[in-house]
Amino acid sequence: MDLQGFGHLLLSGAWMTIQLALASLVIGLIIGLLGATAKLSHNRIARGIATTYTTVVRGVPELLLVLTIYFGGSQILMWIAGYFGYDDYIEVGPFAAGVAALAIAFGAYATEVFRMAMLEIPKGQWESAQAIGMTRIQTFFRIILPQLWRFSLPGLGNLFQVLLKDTALVSVVGLNELMRQAAVGAANTKQPFDFYLAAAILYLGLTLIATFVTTYLERRSKPEMYKKVAISGGNA
Amino acid sequence: MSWEWGIIWQYLPKLMDGAVLTLELVFVSGVIGIFMAVPLALMRASENTWLRSLPVAYIFFFRGTPLLVQIFLIYYGASQFDVVKQSWLWPILREPYWCAIIAFSLNTAAYSAELIRGAIQAIPKGEIEVSKALGMSKPTMVRRIVMPRAFGIVFPAYSNELLLMLKGSALASTITLLDLTGMARTIIARTYTPLEMFFAAGMVYLLIAAVMIGCFKLLEQRINRHQYFKPDNAQ
Repeated sequence: MDLQGFGHLLLSGAWMTIQLALASLVIGLIIGLLGATAKLSHNRIARGIATTYTTVVRGVPELLLVLTIYFGGSQILMWIAGYFGYDDYIEVGPFAAGVAALAIAFGAYATEVFRMAMLEIPKGQWESAQAIGMTRIQTFFRIILPQLWRFSLPGLGNLFQVLLKDTALVSVVGLNELMRQAAVGAANTKQPFDFYLAAAILYLGLTLIATFVTTYLERRSKPEMYKKVAISGGNA
Repeated sequence: MSWEWGIIWQYLPKLMDGAVLTLELVFVSGVIGIFMAVPLALMRASENTWLRSLPVAYIFFFRGTPLLVQIFLIYYGASQFDVVKQSWLWPILREPYWCAIIAFSLNTAAYSAELIRGAIQAIPKGEIEVSKALGMSKPTMVRRIVMPRAFGIVFPAYSNELLLMLKGSALASTITLLDLTGMARTIIARTYTPLEMFFAAGMVYLLIAAVMIGCFKLLEQRINRHQYFKPDNAQ
């Protein structure tokens, strides 16, 4: 496969893809946590909003989300800003639009993963934390969150794989990530097959790395399942 | 911000044309995909390492790369080779419609094969042993026991895969097809009302998804009716 000097372009695209995926992951995780909290809350309005959010986002193509936010985002933002007396033009760039769309999509699925994980934590733990005098917020950060991580890691790992592949959609709105750079190379060299195959191989590499990282994190989160612990004399 | 409902109503028939193409893409590639997935899954679940390695590689590739790459590889990539251009395949590979169908079928076949393999391996061992004890040949066992049981087990997961395919079909718009998303984009290029049109398209997708989920529920109760069976305790 001869990339005719466009190889570095693909690599820079891959780097952009990684940045896009990680930024969306961080924001998506926050959205997911908030969503799961809202879904399990006693507040009917919060529950309603969260349910609408997950239902709508999971039923609509990710590509449509990307396009809506890229082409309609500035309209929405300017409309909101108008309420605060700001009337200048606001532009939503492809990176911001991509991160927003991917984070919203990831957040909807992550909401479900976190919700299931929260349900797996026995209620007694909330009660005992309360009994020793922790506030609800303390309980959440000290008792629930660390365990949530363990229960939700397998699900989140799968979602990250999906997210990584969905980053390719942002090429449609012109962000210079891997897919777009492959298209540039393909157009310049008239060798589309080589370039898209190279992109596919790079994506495979990225998903493989993601799998390894997830497996490593899973092992770390459940040492008792993988490590042979010395029963006597070991300090935990 | 001005929101124009009128423009949605005006272009709704066009969006519906797009929705028909979307459904067609999902249905045709779904059917082709499942026919490819069954042999792939049987090979994948086999005990022969050589037989197993082909579907493993296939599934790894199609699940590890974005659908968009696969579509572009087929639609743009095929034109790189003169051999392909001169062959009988070219009239098919020239058409974005068939390229989309091929890409979606190959993609969904990989995902479904993995699901079916999971289902085959989830069949209780005893049932396989019983059919062997009854003297069934392997093909008979696969046809009468393994496939029907795997089908029932896989159905909930497979209906999920079909929903993901519905969403993936939006990518057809990137190779100039006028499916629901493509149609919305074309209308927007003419009217410049992105929010209204994408909103309308999104609602149509939601509607399709809701109808599909409803049908799957009914089918699931029919296929796995042994799980829903309630003995009649009237007396």
